[in-house]
Amino acid sequence: MTPPPAICVAGLSCRFGTARAVEGLTGRFAPGSLTAVVGPNGAGKTTLLRSLAGLHPGHAGHIDRGGLAARRIALLPQASTLDRSFPVTAGEVVALGGWGEMGVFAAAPAGLAGRVEAALAQVGLAGFAGRGIGALSAGQFQRVMFARLILQDAPVLLLDEPTAAVDARTEADLVALIRAWHAEGRTIIVVLHDLDLVRALCPDTLLLAGEAVAWGPTEQVLTAGNRLRARLLAEAHGAPQRRAA
Amino acid sequence: MIHDLFFAPFAMGFMRRALAGCIALSLAGPPLGVLLVLRRMSLTSEVLQHGILPGIAIGALLGGGAALGGPSLWAMAAGGFAAGLAVVLLAGVLARATGGREDSQLAGLYLLALAAGVAIISATRGIDLVHLLFGSVLAVDAPGLLLMAGAASLAVLGLAVIWRPLVVESFDPDLLRAMGGRGSVWHLAFMALVVLCVVAGFTALGTLMSVGLMMLPAVAARHFSARLAGQVGAAVVIAVLASIAGLLLSFHADIAAGPAIVLAAGAQWAAGLLLGRHASLRARFLT
Repeated sequence: MTPPPAICVAGLSCRFGTARAVEGLTGRFAPGSLTAVVGPNGAGKTTLLRSLAGLHPGHAGHIDRGGLAARRIALLPQASTLDRSFPVTAGEVVALGGWGEMGVFAAAPAGLAGRVEAALAQVGLAGFAGRGIGALSAGQFQRVMFARLILQDAPVLLLDEPTAAVDARTEADLVALIRAWHAEGRTIIVVLHDLDLVRALCPDTLLLAGEAVAWGPTEQVLTAGNRLRARLLAEAHGAPQRRAA
Repeated sequence: MIHDLFFAPFAMGFMRRALAGCIALSLAGPPLGVLLVLRRMSLTSEVLQHGILPGIAIGALLGGGAALGGPSLWAMAAGGFAAGLAVVLLAGVLARATGGREDSQLAGLYLLALAAGVAIISATRGIDLVHLLFGSVLAVDAPGLLLMAGAASLAVLGLAVIWRPLVVESFDPDLLRAMGGRGSVWHLAFMALVVLCVVAGFTALGTLMSVGLMMLPAVAARHFSARLAGQVGAAVVIAVLASIAGLLLSFHADIAAGPAIVLAAGAQWAAGLLLGRHASLRARFLT
């Protein structure tokens, strides 16, 4: 893995349809940092991740990936966005992590099958390569998606609610993987709702409510005052409220 | 007895040509149909088969207005292909412009295209509307067979070329885009192949049932396999069986061949729905 550069955003604004999703965000994700993105629903967390991955067009402002191509940034989408009735196997989904090496027409690189097996074993799903994804539980599917990230071997990882809707044991295993990636020096930006997990896992936090309410060391960001401000900002902008930050 | 039932009918040239044409459609259409189902675009095929009608009508008008065969066949095919592509592009533009309410836009397009096609044909002497709407697979001549087989061959080759990015784009479009792949290119290439197959099917099955051999086998295949390759294989087998059974049914029971083929495919869908291995009533209630 190449060491990750810093990811800087300057005056970043994104619109989602006609509604604003992120407004005037400026800041820096340091190389090798592990940053939680928290905030009320509709705060623009997913939009921010998709912008950083180069998937959300039409943003104002600037994203500086320090020369890193957008394709070298791995995005774990929210599990609910993928069709789990799609007739593919766990192994095939993991192999997609090697897309950067084979692309549209090239042959699959030698040893890909072995790497797929190894990645599946690493997430506790040894021998699952031939299983259809429709037969997997939500937790097992998320493990498959993590195995895909292992294959992608990207210096920068964007994880959108990686532990939503998984059982406690899966959550513990996935969190351990995130910690290991952090220890390897990768830059990780992770959207989370569980503030206890944020405090336990992430040194830095970005509290988002359309705009950045606070960005810095987690304990300084997750204060009662900041969280109230985020809630009020979200309500003022009419964002739907299910869980407050 | 068995010979009379199953083999004697195909001793006749028109039955053999019909079978060859239907097998060509059966090899090309179902793989596209499986992907249409997976991309949740099943109804789009329905819209397309009506969408090509105005183009076919204009083609017939320019090509001499004669019956199927000769230059007017190729003019109709070209017109149908152009009209189908126009419908694909228009549907995309409308869906984007109206914020993703694609189904209502498609419903509107489909009615307008059908009405426009029938209006043009009704104003033109010498074109048999019933022929265009319902097809006449038993009347397929050599040029018609060439059109079906040629278009089907192109569609199979084209699909082989775009297969990998298309499947990835169907499952996880963001991954493909993040990796620098332009999803819309594969989508449009895929839709062009679908239009090609719809045009290939209209001479046999008419513009009302042109996608019968594309969609019904694909829908049925879901019940026989949970793997993409398995679904494609099953869909092709179902389509070939439907072609043979439909033509025999048409021959012995003296019913129109196009509907007989579509009904034979529908019977296999019903069998899959009841007894198939996946997502069937049997799988749901008996296991």
